[in-house]
Amino acid sequence: MPSTLVEIRELNKKYTLSGGFFNSQKRIIYAVNNINLHIFQGETLGLVGESGCGKSTLARLITRLEKPSSGYVDFKGENIFSYGKEALKSYRRNVQIIFQDTYSSLNPRKSAGSTIKEPLTIHHLGNRKERSEAALEIMAKVGLNSQQAHRYSHEFSGGQRQRIGIARALVLNPELIIADEPVSSLDVSIQAQILNLLKDLKNDYNLTYLFISHDLNVIRFISDRVAVMYLGKIVELASNKDIYDRPLHPYTRMLLAAVPSCDPRRKERMMKINGEAGSENNQGCPFQNRCPYRTDICAGVEPRLEKFDEQSFCACHRAGSI
Amino acid sequence: MHPLLEIKDLMTVFDTVRGRIKAVDGVSLKINSGETLGIVGESGCGKTMLALSVMRLVPANGKIISGEILFSGNDLLKLPEEEMRHRRGSEISMIFQEPMTSLNPVFRVGEQIAEAVRLHQNLPAKQAMDLSIELLRDVGIADPQKRAGDYPHNLSGGMRQRVMIAMAMSCHPKLLLADEPTTALDVTIQAQILELISDLKRKNNMAVVLITHDLGVVAEAAQKVAVMYAGKIVESSSVEGLFAHPLHPYTQGLLESIPARCGKSLEREDHLKTIPGSVPSLYDLTPGCRFHDRCSYAVEVCAQKEHKLSEIEPGHFVSCWKYSKEK
Repeated sequence: MPSTLVEIRELNKKYTLSGGFFNSQKRIIYAVNNINLHIFQGETLGLVGESGCGKSTLARLITRLEKPSSGYVDFKGENIFSYGKEALKSYRRNVQIIFQDTYSSLNPRKSAGSTIKEPLTIHHLGNRKERSEAALEIMAKVGLNSQQAHRYSHEFSGGQRQRIGIARALVLNPELIIADEPVSSLDVSIQAQILNLLKDLKNDYNLTYLFISHDLNVIRFISDRVAVMYLGKIVELASNKDIYDRPLHPYTRMLLAAVPSCDPRRKERMMKINGEAGSENNQGCPFQNRCPYRTDICAGVEPRLEKFDEQSFCACHRAGSI
Repeated sequence: MHPLLEIKDLMTVFDTVRGRIKAVDGVSLKINSGETLGIVGESGCGKTMLALSVMRLVPANGKIISGEILFSGNDLLKLPEEEMRHRRGSEISMIFQEPMTSLNPVFRVGEQIAEAVRLHQNLPAKQAMDLSIELLRDVGIADPQKRAGDYPHNLSGGMRQRVMIAMAMSCHPKLLLADEPTTALDVTIQAQILELISDLKRKNNMAVVLITHDLGVVAEAAQKVAVMYAGKIVESSSVEGLFAHPLHPYTQGLLESIPARCGKSLEREDHLKTIPGSVPSLYDLTPGCRFHDRCSYAVEVCAQKEHKLSEIEPGHFVSCWKYSKEK
C-alpha cells in the first residue's frame, strides 16, 4: 500500500452570494461539499468535472490559497490549516501549482530566467550564482534553452510559456504538483508535448500530481486514479481503467458519452445527454434531474460516496445495478 | 447545379509593421446545401479569417486581394456593401466562440433576437418578439417566455450559445458559419449544441461551415472536412475518408497526438506521439511546403517547392510530395 501524502477530510467551502443591491436575499453556494479524498505518494490523481463543479476551489484549498469553511487537509499527517508561519512557508515549497492561463500567470515585466529564479529568491535558497544555475538546469529539463532565459513572456508561444510555468513550479523541488487545467488552452499537438513532459518529469523527480482537467482524454492519458466531481461533491473515485471500462455513476457515463469520438461512423451515443449542472436540489441526489436511471429513492435520500470494491467508490443508490 | 458556396483561390492579407502576411493563402473549397464542412487547424492557421472573408468582415488592417466567393453563383466580393449587409444575417449567418462578447449585456436576449428579426423582416415589434420567443423554443430553451426577459449574464454559457444560434437562425439562412461554437463549453453542453446545429441544418436544408480545432467535433458533426495549416488547405476529403485514411503527414500527426482515442488501442500509451516544433511564423515563410521542417517524410524538394492540392483518391485531396507522380 503506498503511503498517503495528502488526506482531505470532510472539507467544505461555501460562498455567500448577495442577491444584488436591491435584494437582501442571500444565496449560499457549496463549492466544495464534504469531500474526503486521499492522494497517495507518487500517484497522479485525475480530477474531472464540468466548469463550476468546484475543482479549482479544491485546488485552492489544498494549496492554502483559500481557507475552508470547515474540514481538514492533512499533508503527511499534519493539518495544513493549523500551520504556523514557518511551517506554512515550508509547505509552500513542497506544494506547487501550474495554472491554465499562461498569459495571466507570468509577469510580463520579468524575463523567463528571473521568473523561474524568483521562488528560490523568495525562499532564500542558494546565492545568486547558484540560483541562476538552478534556473538554467531546470529550463533545460523542460525543453527551453539558455538563450531564452533573457526573453520576456510575450516572446514565447503558449506551449513555451507553459514550459516556463512548469519550470517555475519545479525549481523548488516540490513533492506535490497541483496542475489546474495545464493543457486546456494549448493546441492539440502542443498539448501532447506538454503531457509527455509532465509524465517524464514525474518519473525524474518522484512527483505526485493532482491533475485537474475537464478533458476526459487527457485525464485518461495521465492519471492513475480518477475522481469525478459534480456540484462540489465527489461522485465517483476509481482506478483509471475502471473509470473508462466500467463507469459506475450515471454522471461519469454521461461525461464519457459526450466526448466526441474520432469515429465518424459512430452515429448513436451510448447515452442521451441532457440538462446542465444547475443549482443543487435541496434534497436527494444532486444529479437526479439529469439522470436517466433515477428512482423514487433518489429524490428523497442523498447517496453517500461508498466503497464499491477494492479501489472504487461511488455515490449512487443504483451503483452496480444499472 | 451550383454548389451553394464556392470559394476560388481566395487570398486575404494583413499589412503590418513587419510586412505583409497571407492569413488565407489561395484557398478553394465548395459546399452544398444540407452539408456540414468542418475546417480544422491549430490556432493561427487562418480558419477564422477564412470565415470572416466569406462574411466580408475582415478586420480593418486586412483585405481580400484576390479570388472569388460564389454564393449561389454570385460573387460576394463584387457586391456593393449595402447589398452585402442585407445578406449578412439573412442568407449567411455566423456564430462565434464566446457568446458573452457577442451579446449586448444591457439588453434582454428576447429584444436582441427581435432586433435581428426586424432588421431583415418588416414586422411590428410585438410580432418580432413573439417570433423571438418561438426561436428560443426551437433552440431548446425551456420556458422561452421567461428566458426572453433575461439578460445575457443571467444565462449559462450553453444557454448563451443557444441564444446566439436562435439569433443566427432568425431569418432562415442558407449558410451558417460556426466559428468554434463549442470550444468554451463543457463536453456535455458541447454534445447538445452540436446536436442542435445538425437538427437545425436538417430541418432548414442549410449548409454549415464548422470551424474547430477539435478533430473529434469534426468526426461527430461534419460530412466533409478541410485541414488548414499556415493559411492553406493541405488536405480535404469526406470525413470517413480522412479518419480512415489520413494522407497528409500533418493530419496524421494531429490524429496521433490526441490522447487515448481515434482508433488507437485502448491500452494506455506511455507517451503520445507529437509533432516536433511549432507552426511557422507567417512572416518568414520559405518557398517550400510549410510543414516540411516538422515533417518526418520531408525530402529535398519539400523545402524548395510547394505541391498543389491534388486528388489522390476519389474525393480526397492532399498537397504533399509523398503522393506525387511528378517529381
